[in-house]
Amino acid sequence: MATKYETVIGLEVHVQLATESKIFCGCSTEFGKEPNENTCPVCLGLPGTLPVLNKKAVDYAIMAGLALNCRIAEYSKFDRKNYFYPDLPKAYQISQFDLPIAEHGNIEVETDKGVFNIGVTRVHLEEDAGKLIHEGSIDKSEGSLIDYNRTGVPLIEIVSEPDIRTPAQAKAYLTQLKLIMEYLDISDCNMEEGSLRCDANISLRPAGQKEFGTKAELKNMNSFSAVEKGLEYEIKRQQQILEEGGEIIQETRTWDESLNKTISMRGKEEAHDYRYFPEPDLVPLEIDEGWKKEMSKKIPELPREKYKRFVSELGLPEYDAGVLIGDRAMAELFEETLKSYSDAKTISNWMMGEFLRLLNENNDCVDETGISAKNFAEMLGLIDEGVISGKIAKKVFEKMYSSGESAEKIVEEEGLKQISDEDELEKIVDKIIADNPSAVEDIKNGKDRAIGFLVGQVMKETKGKANPGLVNQMLRKKVAE
Amino acid sequence: MIKRKDVEHAAALAKLKLNKEEKEKYTEQIGEILNYVDKLNELNTDGVVPTAYTVPMKNVLREDKVEKSLPRERSLANAPDQKDGQFRAPKIMSD
Amino acid sequence: MNIYDLTIHELKDKLSDGELTAAEIKNAFLDRINDVEDKVKSYITVIDKLVNRQLNNYEENKDGLLAGIPIAVKDNMSTDGIKTSCASKILENYKPPYNAAVVENLNDAGALILGKTNMDEFAMGSTTENSAFFNTHNPWNLNRAPGGSSGGSAAAVAAGECAAALGSDTGGSIRQPASYCGVVGLKPTYGLVSRYGLVAFASSLDQIGPLTKDVEDSAVMMNVIAGHDPKDTTSVERKKEDYTEYLKEDVSGMKIGIPEEYFNLDFDQEVKNSVMSAVEKLKKAGAEVETVHMTDASYALAAYYVIAPAEASSNLARYDGVRYGLRSEHASDVEEMFTNTRYEGFGDEVKRRIVIGTYVLSSGYYDAYYLKAQKVRTLIKDDFDRIFNDFDLIITPTAPSTAIELDSKSDPLTMYHSDIFTVPVNIAGVPAMSVPCGFDSSNMPIGLQLIGPHFGEGKIIQAAYTLEKLLNIKDRRAEL
Repeated sequence: MATKYETVIGLEVHVQLATESKIFCGCSTEFGKEPNENTCPVCLGLPGTLPVLNKKAVDYAIMAGLALNCRIAEYSKFDRKNYFYPDLPKAYQISQFDLPIAEHGNIEVETDKGVFNIGVTRVHLEEDAGKLIHEGSIDKSEGSLIDYNRTGVPLIEIVSEPDIRTPAQAKAYLTQLKLIMEYLDISDCNMEEGSLRCDANISLRPAGQKEFGTKAELKNMNSFSAVEKGLEYEIKRQQQILEEGGEIIQETRTWDESLNKTISMRGKEEAHDYRYFPEPDLVPLEIDEGWKKEMSKKIPELPREKYKRFVSELGLPEYDAGVLIGDRAMAELFEETLKSYSDAKTISNWMMGEFLRLLNENNDCVDETGISAKNFAEMLGLIDEGVISGKIAKKVFEKMYSSGESAEKIVEEEGLKQISDEDELEKIVDKIIADNPSAVEDIKNGKDRAIGFLVGQVMKETKGKANPGLVNQMLRKKVAE
Repeated sequence: MIKRKDVEHAAALAKLKLNKEEKEKYTEQIGEILNYVDKLNELNTDGVVPTAYTVPMKNVLREDKVEKSLPRERSLANAPDQKDGQFRAPKIMSD
Repeated sequence: MNIYDLTIHELKDKLSDGELTAAEIKNAFLDRINDVEDKVKSYITVIDKLVNRQLNNYEENKDGLLAGIPIAVKDNMSTDGIKTSCASKILENYKPPYNAAVVENLNDAGALILGKTNMDEFAMGSTTENSAFFNTHNPWNLNRAPGGSSGGSAAAVAAGECAAALGSDTGGSIRQPASYCGVVGLKPTYGLVSRYGLVAFASSLDQIGPLTKDVEDSAVMMNVIAGHDPKDTTSVERKKEDYTEYLKEDVSGMKIGIPEEYFNLDFDQEVKNSVMSAVEKLKKAGAEVETVHMTDASYALAAYYVIAPAEASSNLARYDGVRYGLRSEHASDVEEMFTNTRYEGFGDEVKRRIVIGTYVLSSGYYDAYYLKAQKVRTLIKDDFDRIFNDFDLIITPTAPSTAIELDSKSDPLTMYHSDIFTVPVNIAGVPAMSVPCGFDSSNMPIGLQLIGPHFGEGKIIQAAYTLEKLLNIKDRRAEL
């Protein structure tokens, strides 16, 4: 019988912090500038320059540590990680080695297989490197071009414990991390622009074995689906080798999106010896209770807690809760609306239905639409008061979405008010009864469905504005007479 | 005692090419220096906290404020090679 | 006296009296450089053009502490648009796009920066012979070395090629050349003068300080360069002092320690006698002198030769040929470009220290060397703190000998020993000054080292000023 293998995955996630200026100098962190426009003597590593630490970057790292349930270091320091690469101007990266800002955390993630707890080993602060472009293709290029705009943009590296067992868990963990960072509002978390980057360590071991197998390090997975696909590919590759009695080589592999496979970078990296030592140009950090408290005050309710509260306290279906918390702005709109309209399920229904449909059709973000908590709640109120019907409301919602106008104004201007005046409706009801004698006959014979048909005719006649409940009542009364 | 292969390894990490004579000379000289340095072991340092900074300071931070960058021509002025506003270096690896 | 022999304070007096004009001063020093530079070779770069431009600003900055005073700067301090080579081939054509903090200080004080002085490559050495370009000669005897690594700065001051100069000191690089060239050299407390723009050798040890013709000038220079700089995180925030307030002829009651372990070392007897006789004079003037016991200085030297190369190996990694400086023409890929550039660009001593530093930081050796050295550093620092609980100052010789012959060609370890008295000071981060205290039988100057507690520059200046008055040798100049 073939051996069953268990997969062991650990993720190293780099998150660019959304500070205005770089971590050690005053250059802007703005993305998309001309090459080397955001550079100065400090981030170019010119001889004699010295780093000065950006307080905001430390604040953000503390917030991230707290949100990931880590213990925040009372004493932390920076170290130099020494290696040569053209995109690294000082030939060392200022990072943190043995005393990171935060350690020993964990987060809860959920897949369709259940809820899992993934350990967070550490969160440390460091500087980003520049961007290197190969002229031509990597193996045929004549040279490389370097843009140092990204050099010195603050990063946190979040290292997970090897607690992840499946690519789906990895994706869920990454999604959860991204969501937490977005809720904290400390990063743009844009994988395409590289503000969120993920490397993975992956190994296989026979089920039941305690020791880890030999791992491969996987790089260059530039999207959530690439992470999932890269890991899936790597599991198959390693499994095949092991089943054929082969050995896994410890190496770095890169995910090639176009070839849909991982490629060995063997021979292109020497054995690393980073020669870490304390950065003498920066003094240590002492993070006291006061600083920690100040930062914890800035942490909003996090997505996982919000999700649980939506389900248990508001009674929302898990699906609805999941969609709502999956986008911070969506969750905010929901909760704001709930402040002036008390039925959570109705709000959620509208968001799951009309709102998502419109967002997808227009490819919009929540903030780009005209829907506000105010006009949304107002519209729901108008339905309850009988001023508009549910059907008309969809029209109103669409108008609000594109114009941002108030619900009342739209109803007023477009003449969408529901007709609830019996005198006004009586003439129409009478006309429909006169025009449809066979339906009237059916009703009399107990075929109740025919009522619906007649109501529909009245609605058609009034372009949807008639109060359907009232019409129903009136029809029954008239037919019975 | 430091060996020639240790010198070669350190030189490789430091991206220093050394010729044959340098390797031999450095192995000998560095051996003597490290031999002298070994006298540090005569001092008992159990429980001693290492000193990285002689003046005790902590939490020296700057506000997150954007300052002017260098004009790009100035950033590139010393570049041995450049192209389209970028620094240019030889290709990353040979075949 | 010739104009070029005058001190900063004498030049300032004559300027304010109207006895001399700024242009006369400038011309006197530029003429002097013309006359003697071929023999002394202090400068890597002389910058007449800039000096002329600065001179035009003189009227606007008349009240500056150094208005119109010609100053030389060691070539490891960044000067905007002016070559800053560190006496290395790897930076031979490098022109920084910014000024070091101390250069800004000099400019703000109205100084005329005459040029950039020769040094041991990246400040690694004790004779300035490790310059990639040429040797500097000691003005007192042209066959002798000026000391190092700030040999160009010390020689320029001694030869009257500038009124005063800036040097940098990592293990004695201001004090030892000051001693060899018969001038006053001060290494301030670590963190007192901004390192921003000083090309780093060993970041936790490097400090900038003045080389001057007398103690009063040292105080004036400190008033210009000392102070907090937000660009240097390790620079200390404290109230600015006026160091000229310590120019008092008074050592009565001052407690001075003489470390027995230092004086028991094997070194030049003439140096020992000269230093002890100066100590006697201080004692007669009212100082309380006592023998003290300190950890043998050789441990500090051993720790230094781990810490300094380790930091240097990292600080000098950036010279990779990508962004500035030399790039080897023999390279088919980036890896070859790195190794060949560094092979062609660095000199022997620099390479040796990079290899040592890389080795002691490498995997498996860190604890045995770097961590051990950092712990010994704690012991040495504690040692100084202990002495300074009871004493105001410590006195030692600055160097074990007077200036050595050029081309002496000794092995590295022997050379490193010339720093034995100066290195412990950098390891502990305390301030120390070398003051001339006499001459040996070959008429070569001898230096005495005054060591003070953290931020004890004032006490050092006061004792040195008193000693200078007692010895009355400060007007002796090298004959060229």
